[in-house]
Amino acid sequence: MKFIFDKDTWQEIFGSIRKSKLRTAITVIGVLWGIFLFITLLGAARGMENGFDREFRNLATNSIFLWAQRTGMPHKGFQRGRRLRLKIQDVDAILKQSQNVEFIAPRSVQGVFGGAPASIKRKTNTKTYKLFGDYPILDNVNKVKILEGRFINSRDINEARKVCVIGEKIVDELFEKEENPVGDFLEVNGSFFQIVGLYKDNQTSFEGDDSIYIPFSTYRKINNTGDNIGWMVIAAKSDADIVKVEENVKSILKRRHGVHPDDERAFGSFNFGEMFGKITGFVKGMKFLTWFVGIATLIAGVIAIGSILLITVSERTKEIGIRRAIGATPANIKGQIILESVFLTLVAGILGIIFAGGILMMINANLTDGEGIPFVNPTVNITIALGAVAALVTFGTLIGMIPAQRAISIKPIDALREE
Amino acid sequence: MIKIENLHKSYPIGKDSLHVLKGLDLTIEEGEFVSIMGSSGSGKSTLLNIVGLLDVHDEGNYYLNGQLIKDLNEKKAAMLRNKFLGFVFQSFNLISYKTALENVALPLYYKGLGRKERSKIALEYLEKVGLKEWAEHLPNELSGGQKQRVAIARALVTQPKVVLADEPTGALDSTTTDSVMDLLKEINDEGMTVFVITHEEEVAAQTKRIVRLRDGIITSDELTKKAKAV
Repeated sequence: MKFIFDKDTWQEIFGSIRKSKLRTAITVIGVLWGIFLFITLLGAARGMENGFDREFRNLATNSIFLWAQRTGMPHKGFQRGRRLRLKIQDVDAILKQSQNVEFIAPRSVQGVFGGAPASIKRKTNTKTYKLFGDYPILDNVNKVKILEGRFINSRDINEARKVCVIGEKIVDELFEKEENPVGDFLEVNGSFFQIVGLYKDNQTSFEGDDSIYIPFSTYRKINNTGDNIGWMVIAAKSDADIVKVEENVKSILKRRHGVHPDDERAFGSFNFGEMFGKITGFVKGMKFLTWFVGIATLIAGVIAIGSILLITVSERTKEIGIRRAIGATPANIKGQIILESVFLTLVAGILGIIFAGGILMMINANLTDGEGIPFVNPTVNITIALGAVAALVTFGTLIGMIPAQRAISIKPIDALREE
Repeated sequence: MIKIENLHKSYPIGKDSLHVLKGLDLTIEEGEFVSIMGSSGSGKSTLLNIVGLLDVHDEGNYYLNGQLIKDLNEKKAAMLRNKFLGFVFQSFNLISYKTALENVALPLYYKGLGRKERSKIALEYLEKVGLKEWAEHLPNELSGGQKQRVAIARALVTQPKVVLADEPTGALDSTTTDSVMDLLKEINDEGMTVFVITHEEEVAAQTKRIVRLRDGIITSDELTKKAKAV
């Protein structure tokens, strides 16, 4: 230990490094590049992971979107091609019969899947927007970010109140800057609704920033939809197999609607949980690749240091001979060369981490301004960074042993004889 | 100081071996100024390497400062070299990227002395060889004679028992040869044992005892006029 902290040891090391500055610099750049890539890739992978997390944070990820279509097979005396409708009663039936379903948000919309959007009038302005009939439970499957006021609650549903929650864009388009929309009224399809809340842009759903939520019960009244619902979002329990839940729910619905059990076309669905699993798998794969490539590059860099030191040792055979003639022990020589190797790797490693940190900061500043790119806060764990440095020191020591052994395997007399 | 009995050394050359030293007996007392004379191939360098613990002998006994040299490992040999021996080489063998002062101080570093003390002692010895003003110069800024004087200062700095000089004047012109030999004489006058290897008669003549070597055998061993004059 004394050897490492001895100022003279370092004087010796700097002396020999200074002797071949250019070569040392190039070697250092090799390792620097390795660790730079490693840390940058790792940070980028992390950024992507964070990005996907942000995108899907507002969603129940283990969930299915399910809607009714036309039957594909004749059954129980019905012709094929019969138009099916999901009913509000289906929701309770599924909740009762399937233990793996956590909750279901029945939804209806005007102006997304064909059909004219709702016309909304305020004072003299009339515009068209998407109109959603929803239950408060929607907040559990696809978080509604309320900027002001509140979301629809159960009393709104029970009393079929004429209240609505509107998007930012509608506020911009229909209101003056100084006006406060909450509490104000809008004319929706001809009847007046009081605005109870504003919500923030939701990119992971159909709503966007230009929709109007009204209570489901009010929606069915004004649109005369009866028990029909547009589609449902089914959130499974987090440990449930989402593909099985989908099959199970569909077979319940087939029984209820008199559809042939093998009819694949009767109900359409989008299995979000399955897709999310694929994305997670992709991110995992990226991470693995990053580690693999990063470590391989690092090793390549360290090997470069080893080979350069090996050349240096060959060139310095004579000097080593002189040192030994005047009293350097093999341990002195070995220690110096290993320390030189460790020092170079360490300097390169630390510089690489600093540069990588800088690049990640730049990427973060430039790329994550715009939402929509799944890339947030690309960081590298400090333990990973320190671990990388520790690995470098270890590699540096191991690789340094080769030239060190070589240096002392030459007898001093042979070393001195070399001209 | 140095005692050699029936020393043998051969080098393998392919399948054969070259018998270089064929049973040498030699005793050098403390304070002697001895030169080993011989043409190339006579075995004089081999002898110096064995005496200098840079090489090992095959047969016979070698006592350095009364200690039998046998089965030395590299670490022990390095320590003995550092403690007892100072080397002066024909090609100076200074470390090119170190200043004269750092070169002289290096053996003290391996001895484990502190930085300040090293510089102080090294400077004293540079002064002794008349190169105090050149302390901060790199070897390639010095003349051949100056380089050799730095090398001598380096050999002396650990206060060894014996200074071993391998053709110390081989790379020098006659004027600088004289100044280097004068320096060695001066060191010897202060009581240091000096052991010179040379093939030049004029150099050998300036020592006090000449041992002639031919084909690995000592052919003559006599005191010079200088020694008799003292």
